[in-house]
Amino acid sequence: MNATIAMSAVELGLLFTLLTLGLFISYRILDIPDLTVDGSFTLGAVVSVIITMKGSPELGILAAAGAGTLAGMVTAILQTKLKIQPILAGILTMTGLYSINLMIMGKPNLSLLGEETIFTKLNVALGGQNAEMVIGVIGVVAICILLGVFLHTNVGLAIRATGDNEDMVRSSSINVDHMKIIGLAIANALVALSGALVAQKQASADTGMGTGMVVIGIASLIIGEVIVDSVVKQRGIKANIVAAIIGSIIYRLIISLALTFEITATSMKLISAIIVAFAISYPVIISGIKGKLRQRARMKEEM
Amino acid sequence: MLRISHLKKTFNAGTVNEKVAMNDINFTLNPGDFVTIIGSNGAGKSTLFNLISGYFLSDEGKILLDGQDITFMPEYKRAKYIGRLFQDPLKGTAPSMTIEENLALSYSRSKSRFISLGIKKKDKDLFRERLAQLDLGLEDRMKTKMGLLSGGQRQAVTLLMSTLVVPKVLLLDEHTAALDPATADKVLRITKEIVAEKNITTMMITHNIQSALDLGNRTMMMDSGKVILDIKGEGRSQLQVQDLLDLFKKESNKALDNDRILLS
Repeated sequence: MNATIAMSAVELGLLFTLLTLGLFISYRILDIPDLTVDGSFTLGAVVSVIITMKGSPELGILAAAGAGTLAGMVTAILQTKLKIQPILAGILTMTGLYSINLMIMGKPNLSLLGEETIFTKLNVALGGQNAEMVIGVIGVVAICILLGVFLHTNVGLAIRATGDNEDMVRSSSINVDHMKIIGLAIANALVALSGALVAQKQASADTGMGTGMVVIGIASLIIGEVIVDSVVKQRGIKANIVAAIIGSIIYRLIISLALTFEITATSMKLISAIIVAFAISYPVIISGIKGKLRQRARMKEEM
Repeated sequence: MLRISHLKKTFNAGTVNEKVAMNDINFTLNPGDFVTIIGSNGAGKSTLFNLISGYFLSDEGKILLDGQDITFMPEYKRAKYIGRLFQDPLKGTAPSMTIEENLALSYSRSKSRFISLGIKKKDKDLFRERLAQLDLGLEDRMKTKMGLLSGGQRQAVTLLMSTLVVPKVLLLDEHTAALDPATADKVLRITKEIVAEKNITTMMITHNIQSALDLGNRTMMMDSGKVILDIKGEGRSQLQVQDLLDLFKKESNKALDNDRILLS
């Protein structure tokens, strides 16, 4: 893998960090496997591309975040006010979004070739080719700091406690439903933002680009957590956000590496799924093996 | 302070599993009352607490708290005025958050400002001071995750959390039943201290008849969704465990024999 490919992977990893942070909020903090993500990632991309084609890439990014917020709120309201199981609520929104995305686009894919995006604009302004890196580093770091601060405010504490112990949040006189709505709204805003930036970087959007994003996000999250856990003792909010950044970049590096070995991009989703399944079941597998080994050792002793 | 009138609740009404859990309950608590509640399983003690705290709504009747009708108020809004502890120490705290974050969250009950950056120094000092009163050494471990504490420590912190902003009524649902005897005594001692210090109107369900008589100034006995006995003052202070058992037998026409009742 040469330096250019690696750089490009890091840039993409930074943009995908927002997706991972979205899943950090829904999957880790709220403890909800939010399948809206597959739809809201595409929604962000589609909204961003359509508005970019109308001439305003910046507005496209903002509008994408707004659309993601709405998508998250729909899922949260289905869950809380209408009492639909969390997984099904996400699937319903995701399925609905598939049609909505197609309606917005009018056809299955759109290209931004020759159009101005925030990346081309910034390249002109900087007189160079570094826009991806600049936006990636500055934008993502700014959002990470904002999120870190937010999670330590009273609302942030309440959202974190909601995934931990709903009864306790209720007894602190806080409306649990509202916390889930705010949490999922922010999570999907981040996911849509990620989709919007990725679409402008790739200069295209298509209806299938969100497929598997939940799994990719969780895989990045877990990769980052494993690495961070080898350094820190107690993983707090800061460490978790750093883990999301590291995990997202490493995931993209792994993909680039895989592509140089002629593994197709399509089979990466299978590999991601296997990574997630293995990472989650890892403790069970290890303790199972240890138990068997002890049992065998004892049988030998007794013989 | 708390006025309960004609409270009724029936589960699975109209089916073969119909169960009248609350059958026309009436009582009034005066400010500073500490009531201990005893009764066999299924007597309606926890149902009463669930109705007062708003976990579910009553079929009939009225609940007045400090003159305000809270009969239909949602649970999370009532929680502003009502503190509650459960038997399960895991129920009261968020395990993956630190001790000070847990305290900060319940302390936010008192304030309307919803967005505030982090935990204020002043609040931290207050938390440290209150934790020191528990005498469990937790004041030096405020950044420790709640999930690392023992059941007794968690229950003590939960008690602190529900009284940090002084509630109008404190409901204790067998909050020491899951703890070992020594820890249970400690938590009970802390309970007594806090309730006395803040003069909190308190209701405590217990299966330990001795502590039902030792603690508080009033004892209620429940059976089949009714308050069958409500004693306070002089009559109560002379009462022995055996007297209470005899009274129960007389009032309910059955013996108070169930394996969870502790007669010691």
